Amino acid sequence: MRVQLSGVHVEIGGVSGVDLEVEPGEFVGLVGPNGSGKSTLLRALYRARRPDAGTVRVDGDDVWRTLSARRSAQRTAVLAQHSTDGFDFTVAELVATGRTPHRSAPAADREIIARALERVGMTGRADRPYATLSGGERQRVLLARALAQQGDVLVLDEPTNHLDIAAQLELLELVHELKITTLAALHDLNLAAAYCDRLYVLAAGRVVAYGPALDVLTPALLLEVFGVRAHLGLNPLTGRPNLTFATGDPR
Amino acid sequence: MRRAWTAVRAAPCPSRTERPQLSSPHLISERRYPLLVVLLLAAVPVLLVAAVTYGAVDLPAADVWRVITAHLTTGRPPADVSGIDNEIIWNSRAPRTVLALIAGAGLAVAGAILQTVVRNPLADPYVLGVTSGASLAAVAVITLGSVAGLGVSGAAFVGACATLALVLALGSRRGALTPTRLVLAGVALSYLLQGATSYLQLRAQPDQLAGILFWLLGSVAGARWSDLTAPGVIVVACTGWLLLQGRRLNALLLGDETAAALGVHVHRFRLALLAVAALVTAAVIAVAGGIAFVGLIVPHAVRLLVGPDHRRTLPLIAVTGGLFLVAADLAARTLSPPLELPLGILTAILGTPFFLWLLRRESAVA
Repeated sequence: MRVQLSGVHVEIGGVSGVDLEVEPGEFVGLVGPNGSGKSTLLRALYRARRPDAGTVRVDGDDVWRTLSARRSAQRTAVLAQHSTDGFDFTVAELVATGRTPHRSAPAADREIIARALERVGMTGRADRPYATLSGGERQRVLLARALAQQGDVLVLDEPTNHLDIAAQLELLELVHELKITTLAALHDLNLAAAYCDRLYVLAAGRVVAYGPALDVLTPALLLEVFGVRAHLGLNPLTGRPNLTFATGDPR
Repeated sequence: MRRAWTAVRAAPCPSRTERPQLSSPHLISERRYPLLVVLLLAAVPVLLVAAVTYGAVDLPAADVWRVITAHLTTGRPPADVSGIDNEIIWNSRAPRTVLALIAGAGLAVAGAILQTVVRNPLADPYVLGVTSGASLAAVAVITLGSVAGLGVSGAAFVGACATLALVLALGSRRGALTPTRLVLAGVALSYLLQGATSYLQLRAQPDQLAGILFWLLGSVAGARWSDLTAPGVIVVACTGWLLLQGRRLNALLLGDETAAALGVHVHRFRLALLAVAALVTAAVIAVAGGIAFVGLIVPHAVRLLVGPDHRRTLPLIAVTGGLFLVAADLAARTLSPPLELPLGILTAILGTPFFLWLLRRESAVA
């Protein structure tokens, strides 16, 4: 499904006039400094924060004016950053909450939940309490919930925060292999450059650049937006784009 | 250096994995859940008959059974039971026992819903100040006399609803209700209303004080069949609706944004839940007074058994809450006869240790 944001404006959260498009099957990254409006923009997409102006369309339908909350959730699933909610649930129970927007069908739901857990490699953990998992495992469980939701669009809001480096890479590899339409706010520019087909750079609520990582993440832009000096090269291990940084003032 | 690094990897974040009290899976597995439901439902008629049989005067269980079946089938008392026994069984103990069942179920369900709505384990049906509003109105009628033709129950109901409206107005900001603001508004308003209630108590005549105390601590004594219709209908209808909301309640428990992402219209749903929980609470306390702790401890006890999934907890919470209050009322009548204790004293004696234990458990988690 295609995602189209046009002229999206959110007063509280400081998003002003953002146009953004994600083609079907594309993995698009959203990068920018803290407070640039990444999360707010994503909330406008998954129907958690109504924009003051502009339209958000998923597969051509206006998320806020045409679709109900439930219909929208059938199309768009979300994996947000690590949170402490839902601690008392077991893994299977938490994944089952992904079925909320769908008609209840216990037998079919069990099958869908089992498949989602298998997809993220957590099959053996179905009856474990969520609270006892490591950070990386928790995010895989929340990804399984997003899969159980069976949307065609996946929204990631800084899903790798607080994860160790192995868990970060594993999670993004998993998402990458899904080949599902994805819009991801990512903190780590190297992860964004390595996994995203295209990037949008947000600064003070506006899109200041977009395109393939290699075209967008220029030293000039990084100095201007993030205030750091940067060198763009290739990761000798993976051959993917790789940035190295230094503080803004050369000393 | 390398060895140290491996050691760290082998035991990631001990603070997260060492949670023994949370790491136990639910005590009652999904397979055994139906058995638990059947057992609790079977306990309802047994406990009801026991509650009607025992009291200041113990009556033969056979007579109790005859009186109840005669009234239910013919609508008249049986000929072979004395008029006094019939009066005690059918017009005194039976209605108060049924009221205890309704009140316990209603308060427990309302407490469970409010704990989810404000995502605070210490919430109960009174966290929104509803009971303080009801108390003030009830005490005002007891001490100052009827207002606008309302009796104690009617005034309590109106007071509860007015307080809820005020808390919602104070707790919302730009049309959005946030759990923290709601709780703060409810607690702040409660103190104000309690202050006013205390003032009225000071000015009360000595003969009014017992009535005030009984109302504030909660009691089902003196219940008549005609008192049961309104709370009965409201508790049954609201609980029925809530039982259908299990999956959406689960989503709400996971946070506003997750709930929105799962297709729940968070603002609208929260408002509906608050209204329903407050309506149930108001309907119950209007006839039974401010019975404490049922709404706090019953939901937690049930969650400890079967986990947090509302589809499984809510039916059990309703039944357990009803049973708990019937048992508490039976104890209130039989522990120190002929003196009858207010229900609030018993629920507090049972509830406080549990509450403290819960606080310890919560601080261990945080």
